[in-house]
Amino acid sequence: MKPDLIETSATGAGAPGVDAKDTSNPGPQSTILYLEGVTVTFDGIKALNNINLLIYEGELRCVIGPNGAGKTTMMDVITGKTKPDSGRVILGKDLDLLRLDEPRIASAGVGRKFQKPTVFERHPVWENLELAMTTERKWYRCLHSKLTSDTRDRIEQTLHLTGLMPVAFRAAGQLSHGEKQRLEIGMLLMQRPRVLLLDEPAAGMSDRETEQLAELVESLRSTCSMVVVEHDMDFVARLAGERGRVTVMAEGSVLMEGTLEQIKKDETVIASYLGR
Amino acid sequence: MSVAVSKAPVTFSLPIRQRLFGRTEWIAFGLVVGIVLAATPICSLAVPFSSPFYLSTYALTLVGKIMCYALVALSLDLVWGYCGVLSLGHGLFFALGGYAMGMYLMRSIGLDGVYHSPLPDFMVFLDWKALPWFWQGSEHFLYALLLIIIVPGAVAWTFGFFTFRSRVKGVYLSIMTQAMTFAAMLLFYRNETGFGGNNGFTDFKRILGFPIAAPGTRVCLFLLTFLVLAGSFLLCRFLVKSKLGRVVTAIRDTESRLMFLGYNPLGYKLFVWTLSAVLCGIAGALYVPQVGIINPSEMSPTNSIEMAIWVAVGGRGTLLGPILGAFLVNGAKSFLTVSFAEYWLFFLGAVFVIVPIYLPRGVIGLFRSTRK
Repeated sequence: MKPDLIETSATGAGAPGVDAKDTSNPGPQSTILYLEGVTVTFDGIKALNNINLLIYEGELRCVIGPNGAGKTTMMDVITGKTKPDSGRVILGKDLDLLRLDEPRIASAGVGRKFQKPTVFERHPVWENLELAMTTERKWYRCLHSKLTSDTRDRIEQTLHLTGLMPVAFRAAGQLSHGEKQRLEIGMLLMQRPRVLLLDEPAAGMSDRETEQLAELVESLRSTCSMVVVEHDMDFVARLAGERGRVTVMAEGSVLMEGTLEQIKKDETVIASYLGR
Repeated sequence: MSVAVSKAPVTFSLPIRQRLFGRTEWIAFGLVVGIVLAATPICSLAVPFSSPFYLSTYALTLVGKIMCYALVALSLDLVWGYCGVLSLGHGLFFALGGYAMGMYLMRSIGLDGVYHSPLPDFMVFLDWKALPWFWQGSEHFLYALLLIIIVPGAVAWTFGFFTFRSRVKGVYLSIMTQAMTFAAMLLFYRNETGFGGNNGFTDFKRILGFPIAAPGTRVCLFLLTFLVLAGSFLLCRFLVKSKLGRVVTAIRDTESRLMFLGYNPLGYKLFVWTLSAVLCGIAGALYVPQVGIINPSEMSPTNSIEMAIWVAVGGRGTLLGPILGAFLVNGAKSFLTVSFAEYWLFFLGAVFVIVPIYLPRGVIGLFRSTRK
């Protein structure tokens, strides 16, 4: 990617004076995910309107915005579910995601958690994790595949990490809502993603479940970059902290970017939330 | 990953590879195979007519036919029960295998037909002078075997490639399979296409030189069908228990999740779909010499729907269930159409209503639920 593009989009995203170096990532920032001028039209309505977004390596970015702001559509574009009318989506230095289909984008390192927890309900929990391993995606290699000790170690690690060890042999459909959410995140982790997209992970969860989820997400900070779309402002505050960057979306584009403190004071943000 | 801070002592172990059966199931399977292999030749060839253990040619043909249906049900269960693709067109693959075998049997008649011509009778009747190009070589048994496998497989692969790649799913796919078999039926009904028109192929005399109606030949065909059914059952069981089976069931339950995990479902679906069609074609090829006729009515949409009923009655996604279902429904059919001919369709209709409501997991679900 050309360096001038990064600069224009960084300023275009409208985040003056905010230092994004909130993570343990030293040195010059490299981007992990980069959207430029992405527009999506559904039946004449612009779901995404020339949106620009820049996520840095190792960043945990929260995205908030009123209903219909285009948050989920943005995730659809990144993961290949929706093809935009125009614009560019780049992973890492120069991987053009718009040329790839969903499975290839996932293999390239983009993990996505759906809004509704989506796991393989009839498979036991451990098999869910096994299926999510990055190896052996071709059908003919699955015929003779065995569980290697490496795979088993990874599955066990993930079971510990997500706190699902006690239910490892239970069918995923019997899990509670919060457990399913954590299982789905665990499945994404099995892929060793470079970017994790979490679509409203705290929706419909009890306080205790939300707390467990926040702990899990916190513990993942060092392993991958994350984009969290969320309505629950307490959850956002917990994840973003004082210095983490938060993006506000409205009507298909980025309204503002900054720390939570700055955003709460901003007139346009208040207007967009209260004005409708 | 910098995890595993509080790694508890490993108190559980994940299976390296899932086993096909437990010990008791293997013993049961071996017993069934052993008894059928030993008892059939004795009961049909050595035991006198008067004995209650005598197995008539009629009974042999009936059970042999139902075993072919059971193989169809098994193959349909693989795509419907495990992969979630409801095919209402498996009659086509069945008939294609049947026609390939049928033409070999037609050619084996030789000069003994009505017109004493080396051409099959229906071609002489149509005043054809030479065999059409696509039937060249069909007098060789090995070539016929090749056709039996390749033709249904190639048709299924082509159909599957375009529909699965376009992500056609659910009821739309079912309707397309139905249209596919219906179109093929119309094509085969026509005299000029070279498939014998509405009479199809019949009046077979011999297979591999053996007289086709002789009791010894019948026993051989019966046992061959049984072995193919048993072998296909093991093959399907192996597939279902492999990682491929787990991926395929994941496609059935939540295809989008699997895609966003980096799997491309196309290869998996195509493999299972094509394999199912090939098994179905083999069933058709075994069916024709036993029943003695193949005609386009085998491709009629109702036949394919009936196949789905066998699977639903037996229990989807259980492999054993559909085999059982094929025996139950067809057993009832043979009994009722002989004894109470007018009630058969009422019975089928009642099954169609009762099974989804009271037996959503099929007959096999009865045993499973009481055991747990």
